[in-house]
Amino acid sequence: MSTSLNIPPQFDIVDRPLDSQMTISMGPQHPSTHGVLRLELVLDGEMVVKATPDIGYLHTGMEKLFEYKKYQQGIVITDRMDYLNPLGNNLAYVMAVEKLLEIEIPKRAQTIRVLTCELQRIASHLVWLGTHALDIGAMTVFFYCFREREKILNLIEAASGGRLTPSYFRIGGLMMDIPAGFERRVQQFQDGFLHSVEEFHTLLTGNRIFQKRTQGVGVISAADAIDWGLSGPCLRGSGVALDIRRANPYTGYENYDFEIPTESDGDVWARYLVRMREMKESHKIVAQALARLKPGPVKADAPKVVLPDREAMKRHMDALIHHFLIVAEGFDVPAGEVYFPIEASKGELGVYVKSDGGPKPSRVHFRGPSFVNLSALPQMSEGAMIADIVAIIGSLDIVLGEIDR
Amino acid sequence: MPTDSNTERPLAEEAPTSSIEKTTPSQLVAALQHEHPEWILEVIEARGEVTAVVPREHLVAACSFLKTAPGAQFDFLADLCGVDRGVEEEPRFEVNYHLFSTTIYHRLRMKVLVNEDDARVPTVTGVWRTANWHERETFDLMGVVFEGHPDLRRILLPDDWQGHALRKDFPLRGYEPYSLK
Repeated sequence: MSTSLNIPPQFDIVDRPLDSQMTISMGPQHPSTHGVLRLELVLDGEMVVKATPDIGYLHTGMEKLFEYKKYQQGIVITDRMDYLNPLGNNLAYVMAVEKLLEIEIPKRAQTIRVLTCELQRIASHLVWLGTHALDIGAMTVFFYCFREREKILNLIEAASGGRLTPSYFRIGGLMMDIPAGFERRVQQFQDGFLHSVEEFHTLLTGNRIFQKRTQGVGVISAADAIDWGLSGPCLRGSGVALDIRRANPYTGYENYDFEIPTESDGDVWARYLVRMREMKESHKIVAQALARLKPGPVKADAPKVVLPDREAMKRHMDALIHHFLIVAEGFDVPAGEVYFPIEASKGELGVYVKSDGGPKPSRVHFRGPSFVNLSALPQMSEGAMIADIVAIIGSLDIVLGEIDR
Repeated sequence: MPTDSNTERPLAEEAPTSSIEKTTPSQLVAALQHEHPEWILEVIEARGEVTAVVPREHLVAACSFLKTAPGAQFDFLADLCGVDRGVEEEPRFEVNYHLFSTTIYHRLRMKVLVNEDDARVPTVTGVWRTANWHERETFDLMGVVFEGHPDLRRILLPDDWQGHALRKDFPLRGYEPYSLK
Protein backbone atom coordinates (compact mmCIF):
# COMPACT_ATOMS: atom_id res chain seq x y z
CA MET A 1 0.00 0.00 0.00
CA SER A 2 1.20 3.47 -0.78
CA THR A 3 -0.38 5.21 2.25
CA SER A 4 2.20 4.47 4.92
CA LEU A 5 1.87 6.18 8.30
CA ASN A 6 4.45 8.70 9.33
CA ILE A 7 5.54 7.85 12.85
CA PRO A 8 6.22 11.05 14.84
CA PRO A 9 9.81 11.51 15.95
CA GLN A 10 9.07 11.11 19.67
CA PHE A 11 8.52 7.42 19.05
CA ASP A 12 12.06 6.93 17.74
CA ILE A 13 13.95 4.33 19.68
CA VAL A 14 17.01 5.98 21.17
CA ASP A 15 19.25 5.19 24.11
CA ARG A 16 18.85 8.10 26.49
CA PRO A 17 21.64 8.67 28.99
CA LEU A 18 20.68 7.67 32.51
CA ASP A 19 21.26 11.15 33.95
CA SER A 20 18.79 12.86 31.63
CA GLN A 21 15.53 14.31 32.90
CA MET A 22 12.19 12.71 32.28
CA THR A 23 8.73 14.29 32.25
CA ILE A 24 5.86 12.17 33.46
CA SER A 25 2.20 12.86 34.07
CA MET A 26 0.81 11.93 37.47
CA GLY A 27 -2.97 11.80 37.47
CA PRO A 28 -5.73 12.72 36.78
CA GLN A 29 -6.67 9.15 37.65
CA HIS A 30 -3.95 8.60 40.23
CA PRO A 31 -5.63 7.53 43.49
CA SER A 32 -3.42 9.68 45.73
CA THR A 33 -4.24 12.93 43.92
CA HIS A 34 -7.60 13.02 45.73
CA GLY A 35 -9.80 13.50 42.73
CA VAL A 36 -8.87 14.74 39.31
CA LEU A 37 -5.61 16.58 39.81
CA ARG A 38 -2.89 16.12 37.22
CA LEU A 39 0.73 16.88 38.00
CA GLU A 40 3.36 17.30 35.36
CA LEU A 41 6.53 16.09 37.03
CA VAL A 42 10.01 16.72 35.66
CA LEU A 43 12.16 14.01 37.21
CA ASP A 44 15.84 13.48 37.63
CA GLY A 45 15.89 9.83 38.54
CA GLU A 46 13.45 9.67 41.41
CA MET A 47 13.95 13.29 42.41
CA VAL A 48 11.40 15.90 41.43
CA VAL A 49 12.97 18.85 39.63
CA LYS A 50 9.70 20.62 38.91
CA ALA A 51 6.07 19.89 39.63
CA THR A 52 3.36 21.73 37.73
CA PRO A 53 -0.24 21.18 38.82
CA ASP A 54 -2.83 21.02 36.05
CA ILE A 55 -6.36 21.64 37.29
CA GLY A 56 -9.78 22.23 35.80
CA TYR A 57 -10.91 18.65 35.14
CA LEU A 58 -13.86 19.15 37.50
CA HIS A 59 -14.74 22.68 36.37
CA THR A 60 -18.51 23.00 36.25
CA GLY A 61 -18.91 26.76 36.01
CA MET A 62 -20.49 27.14 39.44
CA GLU A 63 -19.69 30.84 39.70
CA LYS A 64 -21.49 31.38 36.40
CA LEU A 65 -24.44 29.34 37.62
CA PHE A 66 -24.86 31.56 40.68
CA GLU A 67 -25.64 34.51 38.42
CA TYR A 68 -28.65 32.63 37.01
CA LYS A 69 -30.06 31.46 40.37
CA LYS A 70 -31.87 33.34 43.09
CA TYR A 71 -29.94 33.92 46.29
CA GLN A 72 -31.58 31.08 48.20
CA GLN A 73 -31.05 28.68 45.29
CA GLY A 74 -27.32 29.28 45.48
CA ILE A 75 -27.03 27.46 48.80
CA VAL A 76 -27.30 24.02 47.22
CA ILE A 77 -24.49 24.88 44.80
CA THR A 78 -22.14 25.64 47.68
CA ASP A 79 -22.66 22.12 49.07
CA ARG A 80 -20.95 20.71 46.03
CA MET A 81 -17.76 22.76 46.22
CA ASP A 82 -15.82 21.46 49.19
CA TYR A 83 -17.94 18.36 49.61
CA LEU A 84 -16.09 17.32 52.76
CA ASN A 85 -17.04 20.53 54.53
CA PRO A 86 -20.44 21.50 53.03
CA LEU A 87 -21.72 23.21 56.18
CA GLY A 88 -18.71 25.52 56.11
CA ASN A 89 -19.52 26.48 52.54
CA ASN A 90 -23.19 27.02 53.44
CA LEU A 91 -22.13 29.23 56.31
CA ALA A 92 -19.78 31.42 54.29
CA TYR A 93 -22.34 31.97 51.55
CA VAL A 94 -25.40 32.64 53.73
CA MET A 95 -23.42 34.94 56.01
CA ALA A 96 -22.19 36.94 53.03
CA VAL A 97 -25.78 37.40 51.84
CA GLU A 98 -26.92 38.17 55.39
CA LYS A 99 -24.24 40.84 55.54
CA LEU A 100 -25.59 42.35 52.31
CA LEU A 101 -29.13 42.25 53.69
CA GLU A 102 -27.92 43.44 57.10
CA ILE A 103 -30.05 40.97 59.04
CA GLU A 104 -29.15 39.57 62.42
CA ILE A 105 -29.89 35.94 63.16
CA PRO A 106 -31.10 34.61 66.53
CA LYS A 107 -28.75 33.33 69.20
CA ARG A 108 -29.94 29.73 69.04
CA ALA A 109 -29.38 29.59 65.27
CA GLN A 110 -25.85 30.93 65.78
CA THR A 111 -25.08 28.32 68.40
CA ILE A 112 -26.40 25.51 66.22
CA ARG A 113 -24.34 26.84 63.33
CA VAL A 114 -21.21 26.73 65.45
CA LEU A 115 -22.06 23.28 66.79
CA THR A 116 -22.71 21.66 63.42
CA CYS A 117 -19.81 23.47 61.72
CA GLU A 118 -17.36 22.16 64.30
CA LEU A 119 -18.74 18.63 63.91
CA GLN A 120 -18.28 19.05 60.18
CA ARG A 121 -14.71 20.24 60.69
CA ILE A 122 -13.97 17.07 62.66
CA ALA A 123 -15.56 14.99 59.89
CA SER A 124 -13.47 16.77 57.26
CA HIS A 125 -10.27 16.22 59.24
CA LEU A 126 -11.18 12.55 59.67
CA VAL A 127 -11.37 12.08 55.90
CA TRP A 128 -8.06 13.88 55.57
CA LEU A 129 -6.44 11.66 58.22
CA GLY A 130 -7.80 8.44 56.77
CA THR A 131 -6.83 9.16 53.18
CA HIS A 132 -3.51 10.74 54.09
CA ALA A 133 -2.48 7.65 56.05
CA LEU A 134 -3.83 5.43 53.28
CA ASP A 135 -1.69 7.25 50.70
CA ILE A 136 1.38 6.69 52.81
CA GLY A 137 0.54 3.02 53.28
CA ALA A 138 -1.17 2.77 56.66
CA MET A 139 -4.51 1.27 55.76
CA THR A 140 -5.90 0.58 59.23
CA VAL A 141 -6.33 4.25 60.14
CA PHE A 142 -8.82 4.71 57.33
CA PHE A 143 -11.35 2.34 58.91
CA TYR A 144 -11.06 3.92 62.35
CA CYS A 145 -11.55 7.40 60.86
CA PHE A 146 -14.53 6.47 58.77
CA ARG A 147 -16.15 4.74 61.72
CA GLU A 148 -16.09 8.05 63.60
CA ARG A 149 -17.06 10.10 60.56
CA GLU A 150 -20.11 7.92 60.10
CA LYS A 151 -21.40 9.04 63.49
CA ILE A 152 -21.05 12.70 62.51
CA LEU A 153 -22.73 12.18 59.15
CA ASN A 154 -25.62 10.49 60.97
CA LEU A 155 -25.93 13.53 63.21
CA ILE A 156 -25.89 15.91 60.24
CA GLU A 157 -28.44 13.73 58.49
CA ALA A 158 -30.67 13.82 61.58
CA ALA A 159 -30.56 17.63 61.59
CA SER A 160 -30.77 18.41 57.89
CA GLY A 161 -31.84 15.30 56.01
CA GLY A 162 -28.67 15.21 53.93
CA ARG A 163 -25.40 13.45 54.62
CA LEU A 164 -23.04 14.93 52.06
CA THR A 165 -25.12 17.87 50.83
CA PRO A 166 -27.01 19.15 53.88
CA SER A 167 -27.90 22.75 52.77
CA TYR A 168 -28.80 23.18 56.42
CA PHE A 169 -28.16 26.90 56.77
CA ARG A 170 -30.53 29.29 55.10
CA ILE A 171 -30.37 33.02 54.59
CA GLY A 172 -31.66 34.32 57.90
CA GLY A 173 -31.19 31.21 60.02
CA LEU A 174 -31.54 27.46 59.68
CA MET A 175 -33.67 25.22 57.54
CA MET A 176 -35.34 23.98 60.73
CA ASP A 177 -34.54 23.44 64.38
CA ILE A 178 -32.53 20.41 65.46
CA PRO A 179 -34.73 17.37 66.16
CA ALA A 180 -35.55 16.11 69.65
CA GLY A 181 -32.82 13.87 71.01
CA PHE A 182 -30.12 15.51 68.88
CA GLU A 183 -28.24 16.91 71.86
CA ARG A 184 -28.14 13.53 73.57
CA ARG A 185 -26.68 11.93 70.45
CA VAL A 186 -24.07 14.66 70.06
CA GLN A 187 -23.13 14.04 73.68
CA GLN A 188 -22.75 10.32 72.95
CA PHE A 189 -20.39 11.13 70.11
CA GLN A 190 -18.51 13.59 72.31
CA ASP A 191 -18.04 11.00 75.05
CA GLY A 192 -16.28 8.54 72.77
CA PHE A 193 -14.38 10.84 70.47
CA LEU A 194 -11.37 11.75 72.61
CA HIS A 195 -10.64 8.07 73.05
CA SER A 196 -10.77 7.65 69.27
CA VAL A 197 -8.23 10.44 68.81
CA GLU A 198 -5.95 8.57 71.19
CA GLU A 199 -6.44 5.50 69.00
CA PHE A 200 -5.36 7.45 65.92
CA HIS A 201 -2.28 8.60 67.82
CA THR A 202 -1.40 5.02 68.77
CA LEU A 203 -1.68 3.97 65.15
CA LEU A 204 0.35 6.79 63.61
CA THR A 205 2.18 9.20 65.87
CA GLY A 206 4.63 6.72 67.32
CA ASN A 207 4.95 4.86 64.04
CA ARG A 208 8.54 5.23 62.84
CA ILE A 209 7.68 4.57 59.19
CA PHE A 210 5.08 7.33 59.28
CA GLN A 211 7.54 9.68 60.97
CA LYS A 212 10.25 8.99 58.38
CA ARG A 213 7.78 9.58 55.54
CA THR A 214 6.60 12.92 56.91
CA GLN A 215 9.31 14.64 58.96
CA GLY A 216 11.33 17.14 56.95
CA VAL A 217 9.20 16.57 53.84
CA GLY A 218 7.50 19.40 51.97
CA VAL A 219 8.93 22.14 54.14
CA ILE A 220 7.64 25.70 53.70
CA SER A 221 8.76 28.59 55.88
CA ALA A 222 6.37 31.02 57.57
CA ALA A 223 7.34 33.90 55.28
CA ASP A 224 6.87 31.77 52.17
CA ALA A 225 3.58 30.41 53.47
CA ILE A 226 2.18 33.94 53.89
CA ASP A 227 3.56 35.00 50.52
CA TRP A 228 1.85 32.01 48.85
CA GLY A 229 -1.40 32.79 50.67
CA LEU A 230 -1.54 29.51 52.58
CA SER A 231 -4.21 29.43 55.25
CA GLY A 232 -5.68 27.09 57.79
CA PRO A 233 -3.68 24.14 59.13
CA CYS A 234 -1.08 24.53 56.34
CA LEU A 235 -0.23 28.03 57.58
CA ARG A 236 -0.38 27.08 61.26
CA GLY A 237 1.96 24.17 60.52
CA SER A 238 4.55 26.80 59.56
CA GLY A 239 4.23 28.55 62.91
CA VAL A 240 1.79 31.36 62.09
CA ALA A 241 -0.98 31.42 64.69
CA LEU A 242 -3.68 32.73 62.38
CA ASP A 243 -7.27 31.59 62.63
CA ILE A 244 -10.11 33.60 61.10
CA ARG A 245 -12.34 32.51 64.00
CA ARG A 246 -10.04 34.61 66.18
CA ALA A 247 -8.83 37.25 63.75
CA ASN A 248 -12.21 38.26 62.29
CA PRO A 249 -14.77 36.46 64.50
CA TYR A 250 -18.15 35.59 63.03
CA THR A 251 -21.34 33.88 64.22
CA GLY A 252 -20.30 34.26 67.85
CA TYR A 253 -16.89 32.53 67.79
CA GLU A 254 -15.44 35.30 69.93
CA ASN A 255 -17.35 33.84 72.90
CA TYR A 256 -15.82 30.38 72.68
CA ASP A 257 -12.71 29.28 74.44
CA PHE A 258 -10.32 27.37 72.22
CA GLU A 259 -6.64 27.35 71.34
CA ILE A 260 -4.97 27.81 67.96
CA PRO A 261 -2.58 24.88 67.57
CA THR A 262 0.67 25.71 65.80
CA GLU A 263 3.84 23.83 64.91
CA SER A 264 7.02 25.50 63.80
CA ASP A 265 8.61 23.01 61.39
CA GLY A 266 6.40 23.63 58.35
CA ASP A 267 6.67 20.05 57.09
CA VAL A 268 4.10 17.32 56.49
CA TRP A 269 4.55 16.09 60.06
CA ALA A 270 3.81 19.58 61.48
CA ARG A 271 0.61 19.86 59.46
CA TYR A 272 -0.36 16.40 60.68
CA LEU A 273 0.11 17.40 64.32
CA VAL A 274 -1.80 20.66 63.86
CA ARG A 275 -4.85 18.92 62.44
CA MET A 276 -4.75 16.22 65.12
CA ARG A 277 -4.83 18.90 67.81
CA GLU A 278 -7.48 20.88 65.95
CA MET A 279 -9.89 17.97 66.21
CA LYS A 280 -9.59 18.16 69.99
CA GLU A 281 -10.16 21.93 69.90
CA SER A 282 -13.30 21.44 67.79
CA HIS A 283 -14.40 18.85 70.33
CA LYS A 284 -14.01 21.52 73.01
CA ILE A 285 -16.08 24.04 71.02
CA VAL A 286 -18.85 21.49 70.45
CA ALA A 287 -19.02 20.87 74.21
CA GLN A 288 -19.33 24.61 74.89
CA ALA A 289 -21.97 25.06 72.20
CA LEU A 290 -23.97 22.15 73.63
CA ALA A 291 -23.93 23.78 77.05
CA ARG A 292 -25.14 27.08 75.59
CA LEU A 293 -28.03 25.69 73.60
CA LYS A 294 -31.08 27.53 74.94
CA PRO A 295 -34.60 27.33 73.49
CA GLY A 296 -35.52 30.07 71.07
CA PRO A 297 -36.24 30.85 67.44
CA VAL A 298 -33.87 29.61 64.73
CA LYS A 299 -35.01 32.00 62.00
CA ALA A 300 -34.56 35.75 61.85
CA ASP A 301 -37.59 38.01 62.03
CA ALA A 302 -37.44 39.01 58.38
CA PRO A 303 -40.67 37.88 56.70
CA LYS A 304 -39.58 39.04 53.23
CA VAL A 305 -36.45 36.86 53.32
CA VAL A 306 -37.13 33.89 55.59
CA LEU A 307 -39.75 31.32 54.63
CA PRO A 308 -42.65 31.30 57.13
CA ASP A 309 -43.56 28.29 59.23
CA ARG A 310 -45.88 25.77 57.68
CA GLU A 311 -48.48 26.29 60.39
CA ALA A 312 -48.42 30.07 60.00
CA MET A 313 -49.05 29.71 56.28
CA LYS A 314 -52.27 27.84 56.96
CA ARG A 315 -53.60 30.55 59.27
CA HIS A 316 -52.22 33.87 58.10
CA MET A 317 -52.76 35.37 54.68
CA ASP A 318 -49.60 37.49 54.78
CA ALA A 319 -47.45 34.45 55.59
CA LEU A 320 -48.89 32.68 52.56
CA ILE A 321 -48.21 35.68 50.34
CA HIS A 322 -44.62 35.98 51.62
CA HIS A 323 -44.05 32.28 51.03
CA PHE A 324 -45.33 32.55 47.48
CA LEU A 325 -43.25 35.63 46.71
CA ILE A 326 -40.02 34.23 48.17
CA VAL A 327 -40.36 30.98 46.24
CA ALA A 328 -41.65 32.41 42.98
CA GLU A 329 -39.78 35.71 42.72
CA GLY A 330 -37.11 35.63 45.39
CA PHE A 331 -36.24 38.68 47.43
CA ASP A 332 -34.38 41.80 46.43
CA VAL A 333 -30.97 42.31 47.99
CA PRO A 334 -29.71 45.91 48.28
CA ALA A 335 -26.97 46.81 45.80
CA GLY A 336 -23.44 46.50 47.10
CA GLU A 337 -20.58 44.10 47.50
CA VAL A 338 -19.19 42.11 50.42
CA TYR A 339 -16.30 39.75 51.02
CA PHE A 340 -16.99 37.35 53.85
CA PRO A 341 -14.16 35.12 55.10
CA ILE A 342 -14.60 32.15 57.41
CA GLU A 343 -12.22 29.55 58.76
CA ALA A 344 -13.23 26.42 56.89
CA SER A 345 -11.60 23.09 57.68
CA LYS A 346 -8.93 23.74 55.05
CA GLY A 347 -8.30 27.43 55.58
CA GLU A 348 -9.74 30.79 54.69
CA LEU A 349 -12.90 30.34 52.67
CA GLY A 350 -13.89 33.77 51.36
CA VAL A 351 -17.08 34.56 49.51
CA TYR A 352 -17.38 37.67 47.39
CA VAL A 353 -20.96 38.58 46.55
CA LYS A 354 -21.94 41.56 44.44
CA SER A 355 -25.53 42.62 44.13
CA ASP A 356 -27.16 44.96 41.64
CA GLY A 357 -30.34 45.13 43.69
CA GLY A 358 -32.29 42.27 42.15
CA PRO A 359 -33.19 38.77 43.37
CA LYS A 360 -30.15 37.25 41.69
CA PRO A 361 -26.51 38.08 42.45
CA SER A 362 -24.50 39.93 39.86
CA ARG A 363 -21.32 38.06 40.74
CA VAL A 364 -20.36 35.40 43.27
CA HIS A 365 -16.75 34.41 43.71
CA PHE A 366 -15.34 31.80 46.05
CA ARG A 367 -11.82 32.02 47.42
CA GLY A 368 -11.29 28.34 48.04
CA PRO A 369 -8.54 27.47 50.50
CA SER A 370 -7.67 24.32 48.54
CA PHE A 371 -7.12 26.37 45.37
CA VAL A 372 -4.60 28.65 47.02
CA ASN A 373 -2.93 25.94 49.10
CA LEU A 374 -2.39 23.81 46.00
CA SER A 375 -0.72 26.71 44.19
CA ALA A 376 2.18 26.41 46.66
CA LEU A 377 2.79 22.76 45.75
CA PRO A 378 5.62 23.51 43.26
CA GLN A 379 7.47 25.39 46.00
CA MET A 380 7.03 22.57 48.55
CA SER A 381 7.89 19.69 46.26
CA GLU A 382 11.09 20.99 44.73
CA GLY A 383 13.84 18.46 45.40
CA ALA A 384 11.49 15.90 46.90
CA MET A 385 11.19 12.25 45.86
CA ILE A 386 8.17 11.03 43.88
CA ALA A 387 6.83 9.19 46.92
CA ASP A 388 7.07 12.43 48.93
CA ILE A 389 4.73 14.15 46.46
CA VAL A 390 2.02 11.77 47.62
CA ALA A 391 2.67 12.72 51.24
CA ILE A 392 2.73 16.45 50.43
CA ILE A 393 -0.56 16.38 48.51
CA GLY A 394 -2.10 14.47 51.40
CA SER A 395 -0.89 17.03 53.91
CA LEU A 396 -2.37 19.94 51.91
CA ASP A 397 -5.82 18.34 52.26
CA ILE A 398 -7.18 19.49 48.90
CA VAL A 399 -10.65 18.94 47.52
CA LEU A 400 -10.83 19.30 43.77
CA GLY A 401 -14.51 20.22 43.81
CA GLU A 402 -13.53 23.47 45.46
CA ILE A 403 -10.42 24.07 43.36
CA ASP A 404 -12.14 23.70 40.00
CA ARG A 405 -15.61 24.95 41.01
CA MET B 1 -9.73 54.93 72.40
CA PRO B 2 -6.15 55.02 71.20
CA THR B 3 -7.12 55.40 67.55
CA ASP B 4 -8.76 58.77 68.13
CA SER B 5 -5.47 60.53 68.71
CA ASN B 6 -4.23 59.34 65.35
CA THR B 7 -7.04 60.98 63.44
CA GLU B 8 -6.34 64.37 64.98
CA ARG B 9 -2.65 64.21 64.22
CA PRO B 10 -1.94 66.32 61.11
CA LEU B 11 -0.56 63.74 58.73
CA ALA B 12 0.46 65.87 55.80
CA GLU B 13 2.82 68.27 57.52
CA GLU B 14 4.97 66.04 59.66
CA ALA B 15 4.48 62.60 58.18
CA PRO B 16 6.84 61.27 55.53
CA THR B 17 5.68 58.47 53.23
CA SER B 18 5.93 55.48 55.54
CA SER B 19 4.90 56.89 58.90
CA ILE B 20 1.25 55.88 58.97
CA GLU B 21 0.73 54.35 62.38
CA LYS B 22 -1.78 51.76 63.44
CA THR B 23 -5.17 52.95 62.29
CA THR B 24 -8.39 51.54 60.96
CA PRO B 25 -8.43 50.77 57.21
CA SER B 26 -10.58 53.83 56.52
CA GLN B 27 -8.19 56.15 58.35
CA LEU B 28 -5.34 54.43 56.56
CA VAL B 29 -6.85 55.02 53.15
CA ALA B 30 -7.70 58.61 54.01
CA ALA B 31 -4.10 59.23 55.07
CA LEU B 32 -2.82 57.51 51.95
CA GLN B 33 -5.09 59.65 49.81
CA HIS B 34 -3.69 62.71 51.50
CA GLU B 35 -0.10 61.70 50.81
CA HIS B 36 -0.55 60.28 47.31
CA PRO B 37 -3.74 61.80 45.88
CA GLU B 38 -2.99 60.26 42.49
CA TRP B 39 -3.00 56.72 43.93
CA ILE B 40 -6.61 56.66 45.07
CA LEU B 41 -9.48 57.79 42.87
CA GLU B 42 -12.33 57.05 45.24
CA VAL B 43 -12.96 55.57 48.68
CA ILE B 44 -16.14 53.60 49.27
CA GLU B 45 -17.19 52.53 52.75
CA ALA B 46 -20.17 50.25 53.09
CA ARG B 47 -21.18 47.51 55.53
CA GLY B 48 -17.95 47.83 57.45
CA GLU B 49 -15.77 47.23 54.41
CA VAL B 50 -13.42 49.79 52.89
CA THR B 51 -12.82 49.88 49.16
CA ALA B 52 -10.14 51.97 47.51
CA VAL B 53 -10.44 52.49 43.78
CA VAL B 54 -6.94 52.67 42.36
CA PRO B 55 -5.83 53.63 38.85
CA ARG B 56 -3.96 50.77 37.26
CA GLU B 57 -0.80 52.84 36.67
CA HIS B 58 -0.29 53.14 40.42
CA LEU B 59 -1.59 49.70 41.43
CA VAL B 60 1.76 48.00 41.97
CA ALA B 61 3.22 51.00 43.80
CA ALA B 62 0.20 51.21 46.11
CA CYS B 63 0.25 47.44 46.75
CA SER B 64 3.96 47.38 47.55
CA PHE B 65 3.52 50.32 49.89
CA LEU B 66 0.53 48.80 51.69
CA LYS B 67 2.33 45.48 52.05
CA THR B 68 5.15 46.92 54.12
CA ALA B 69 3.90 50.21 55.63
CA PRO B 70 3.94 49.90 59.44
CA GLY B 71 0.28 50.70 60.03
CA ALA B 72 -0.95 48.66 57.07
CA GLN B 73 1.11 45.46 56.82
CA PHE B 74 -1.15 43.90 54.22
CA ASP B 75 1.21 40.96 53.73
CA PHE B 76 -1.52 38.52 52.70
CA LEU B 77 -3.48 38.71 49.45
CA ALA B 78 -6.63 36.85 50.46
CA ASP B 79 -8.39 36.98 47.13
CA LEU B 80 -8.32 38.47 43.68
CA CYS B 81 -11.34 38.31 41.41
CA GLY B 82 -12.70 39.94 38.30
CA VAL B 83 -16.19 41.32 37.88
CA ASP B 84 -18.08 42.03 34.68
CA ARG B 85 -20.33 44.99 35.39
CA GLY B 86 -22.36 44.49 32.21
CA VAL B 87 -21.90 44.73 28.46
CA GLU B 88 -23.04 48.36 28.24
CA GLU B 89 -21.17 49.58 31.30
CA GLU B 90 -18.11 51.74 30.84
CA PRO B 91 -15.62 50.83 32.29
CA ARG B 92 -16.84 47.29 31.94
CA PHE B 93 -14.53 45.25 34.16
CA GLU B 94 -13.33 45.60 37.69
CA VAL B 95 -10.62 43.60 39.41
CA ASN B 96 -10.91 43.32 43.17
CA TYR B 97 -7.95 42.71 45.46
CA HIS B 98 -8.86 41.59 48.97
CA LEU B 99 -5.96 42.43 51.25
CA PHE B 100 -5.48 41.05 54.73
CA SER B 101 -2.85 41.56 57.39
CA THR B 102 -1.66 38.50 59.29
CA THR B 103 -0.48 40.69 62.17
CA ILE B 104 -3.16 43.41 62.53
CA TYR B 105 -6.03 41.29 61.15
CA HIS B 106 -7.67 44.10 59.21
CA ARG B 107 -8.91 43.95 55.65
CA LEU B 108 -9.04 46.27 52.67
CA ARG B 109 -10.40 45.96 49.18
CA MET B 110 -8.60 47.54 46.24
CA LYS B 111 -10.45 47.94 43.01
CA VAL B 112 -9.14 48.59 39.53
CA LEU B 113 -11.51 49.54 36.73
CA VAL B 114 -10.67 48.76 33.10
CA ASN B 115 -12.42 49.20 29.77
CA GLU B 116 -13.30 46.28 27.54
CA ASP B 117 -11.11 47.34 24.60
CA ASP B 118 -8.14 47.90 26.91
CA ALA B 119 -8.59 45.19 29.56
CA ARG B 120 -5.05 45.19 30.88
CA VAL B 121 -3.87 45.38 34.48
CA PRO B 122 -0.28 45.15 35.73
CA THR B 123 0.45 41.97 37.62
CA VAL B 124 0.96 41.94 41.39
CA THR B 125 2.78 38.58 41.40
CA GLY B 126 5.89 40.54 42.30
CA VAL B 127 4.22 41.74 45.49
CA TRP B 128 2.44 38.55 46.55
CA ARG B 129 3.31 35.29 44.83
CA THR B 130 -0.15 33.91 45.58
CA ALA B 131 -1.54 36.29 42.94
CA ASN B 132 -0.20 33.93 40.27
CA TRP B 133 -3.12 31.50 40.14
CA HIS B 134 -5.75 34.11 40.97
CA GLU B 135 -4.64 36.20 38.00
CA ARG B 136 -4.59 33.17 35.74
CA GLU B 137 -8.16 32.38 36.81
CA THR B 138 -9.31 35.94 36.19
CA PHE B 139 -7.62 35.93 32.78
CA ASP B 140 -9.20 32.58 31.95
CA LEU B 141 -12.77 33.34 32.95
CA MET B 142 -12.98 37.12 32.54
CA GLY B 143 -10.42 37.88 29.85
CA VAL B 144 -8.47 40.53 31.75
CA VAL B 145 -4.80 40.46 30.75
CA PHE B 146 -2.28 40.80 33.57
CA GLU B 147 0.81 42.42 32.11
CA GLY B 148 4.11 41.04 33.29
CA HIS B 149 2.61 37.82 34.65
CA PRO B 150 5.23 35.05 34.48
CA ASP B 151 2.92 32.34 33.16
CA LEU B 152 -0.39 33.72 31.91
CA ARG B 153 -2.17 30.60 30.63
CA ARG B 154 -5.71 29.37 31.06
CA ILE B 155 -6.08 27.48 34.30
CA LEU B 156 -9.58 26.00 34.60
CA LEU B 157 -10.74 25.79 30.99
CA PRO B 158 -8.88 23.93 28.20
CA ASP B 159 -6.12 25.76 26.33
CA ASP B 160 -8.11 25.92 23.08
CA TRP B 161 -11.30 27.29 24.66
CA GLN B 162 -12.87 30.20 22.78
CA GLY B 163 -14.11 33.19 24.78
CA HIS B 164 -14.24 33.94 28.48
CA ALA B 165 -16.95 32.09 30.34
CA LEU B 166 -17.74 34.51 33.16
CA ARG B 167 -18.42 37.47 30.89
CA LYS B 168 -22.03 38.53 30.92
CA ASP B 169 -22.40 38.10 27.15
CA PHE B 170 -21.15 34.51 27.29
CA PRO B 171 -24.21 32.23 27.41
CA LEU B 172 -24.67 29.84 30.33
CA ARG B 173 -24.46 26.78 28.10
CA GLY B 174 -21.76 28.00 25.72
CA TYR B 175 -22.04 28.70 22.03
CA GLU B 176 -21.67 25.10 20.89
CA PRO B 177 -20.89 21.71 22.47
CA TYR B 178 -17.23 21.43 23.34
CA SER B 179 -15.11 18.46 22.39
CA LEU B 180 -11.42 17.92 22.89
CA LYS B 181 -9.49 18.11 19.66
